[in-house]
Amino acid sequence: MATVPWEGPIPDLLRARLGASVLETSLYLDQPFAVLALPAMVPALELLRSEAGFDYLVDITAVDYPKRTPRFELVYVLYSYGRNERIRLKAGVALGEKAPSAVPVHLGANWLEREVYDMFGIEFAGHPDPRRILMPEEWAGFPLRKDYGIVEMDNRWVQANLGIESGQ
Amino acid sequence: MTALDSNEMVLNMGPQHPSTHGVLRIVLKLDGERVTSTDCIIGYLHRGVEKIAENRTYVQFAPYVDRMDYLAAVSNGLGYCLAVEKLMNAVATPRAQAVRVILTELNRIASHLLWLGTHALDIGAITPLFYTLREREAVLKIFENYCGARLTTHAFRIGGLQYELYDGFEKEVESFCGQFLAKVDEYEELLSGNRIWRERLRGVGVIDAETCKRYGVTGPVLRAAGVAWDLRKAQPYSGYEQYEFDVPTRTSGDTLDRYFVRLDEMRQSVRIIQQAVANIPTGPIMAKIAKVVKPPVGEAYVSIEAPKGELGYYIVSDGTTHPYRLRVRPPSFVNLQALGHMAQGALVADVVAIIGTIDIVLGEVDR
Repeated sequence: MATVPWEGPIPDLLRARLGASVLETSLYLDQPFAVLALPAMVPALELLRSEAGFDYLVDITAVDYPKRTPRFELVYVLYSYGRNERIRLKAGVALGEKAPSAVPVHLGANWLEREVYDMFGIEFAGHPDPRRILMPEEWAGFPLRKDYGIVEMDNRWVQANLGIESGQ
Repeated sequence: MTALDSNEMVLNMGPQHPSTHGVLRIVLKLDGERVTSTDCIIGYLHRGVEKIAENRTYVQFAPYVDRMDYLAAVSNGLGYCLAVEKLMNAVATPRAQAVRVILTELNRIASHLLWLGTHALDIGAITPLFYTLREREAVLKIFENYCGARLTTHAFRIGGLQYELYDGFEKEVESFCGQFLAKVDEYEELLSGNRIWRERLRGVGVIDAETCKRYGVTGPVLRAAGVAWDLRKAQPYSGYEQYEFDVPTRTSGDTLDRYFVRLDEMRQSVRIIQQAVANIPTGPIMAKIAKVVKPPVGEAYVSIEAPKGELGYYIVSDGTTHPYRLRVRPPSFVNLQALGHMAQGALVADVVAIIGTIDIVLGEVDR
């Protein structure tokens, strides 16, 4: 299967309103996705929600590509109840760069963005509650980064909080 | 959490409180008996499932997904297999698809039964738990006979099924379905007409359709708010389009309506199972896929209607035998986020009912 161009009203709408911020619109395995410049992400979510009916933010996650610039890719999965269509939006985020928070557009983004921060260390500007969510708050390191080993842990935290030398 | 008002107090609920169904901790801010704010502390059961996935092959990782929503391990397995098959551009054989539907729907019944029993227990009705566990046992027996495991079944394989059906499978499933509908009526007799049950749940933890959508809430919680949305209907997978069934809905979006929706869903599952088991296609149980699972470079998001809502898998493949990135979109995690909205202004005793009615499994919330 190859990636083919994604044509139709949605990519047209994105291009017409966001112009050069839309870097790619493609289909892979019949699943449409658009790659955007990071500052256009929240405007795109708002545009798709108010004008194309994409009223359900299914998921936000990230992928770490240590060799790429920018290093991380944020992935937003959207669904429209009216159209019964699912699309993905993606944007690159550099190490240390802050992504704009989608909470003003979709309330459900709150915990999803906290998890992305927790696991990848990507911060969201304007997030109402920027804390870790699954890991302990004082934990050092971001587990889902590729340079974080599978048996690695925050020894200092384990020793201080669990009273053991090491969890391994 | 902001500073306290002079007449406010903070109450810690969990992580060992029995009504939190696992290790959920909620910090409640109270004004008298009324909840003014909630803060969910989760992660006590975090095992780093997504990290583990990157360090296992696709085949090795399959049993791990059972340990997320361990009450619906079959659903987890189905979603995972479908996602990997999508990446490989493979489809399970018709026979495998029919068996997958039967087992997944049986699992939905088992999951709803455990929910019903424990939810009723939380509210103070002890009896239903014994009955629901009795029926759940029959389902678990079928799983045990099929694959040897009762809870973490690992029933499916990428491309189809691991095992051929055992002799008498159809008969056992049919006899379960035959007597189960009457049992659901029995639960209704115990609870639906019970005045204490109704008064305790009516108008508690209300969430409307619009708010559900803004939070991304799916599953029975969404349907009890009046949205007839079920992925089995909206975007059928594994051959669900062949079966006749309804999507039960209610309108008021409160705890009582969610109870009715789940009861009706069990009845609909029976309908699906009866149609599927009467007509299991013959043929191989495994599609022709490569011995070494090695999806081409690319990514896909595949989701199914798990008992708790939309369960999605987003997998990025770099063309090797290990997933480059595997993300699980758990329904419980997303649905739990709406607890703050549902519990706003509620009584402390109602928070117990609201946690129960969302139907979370912490293994899936924390992963």
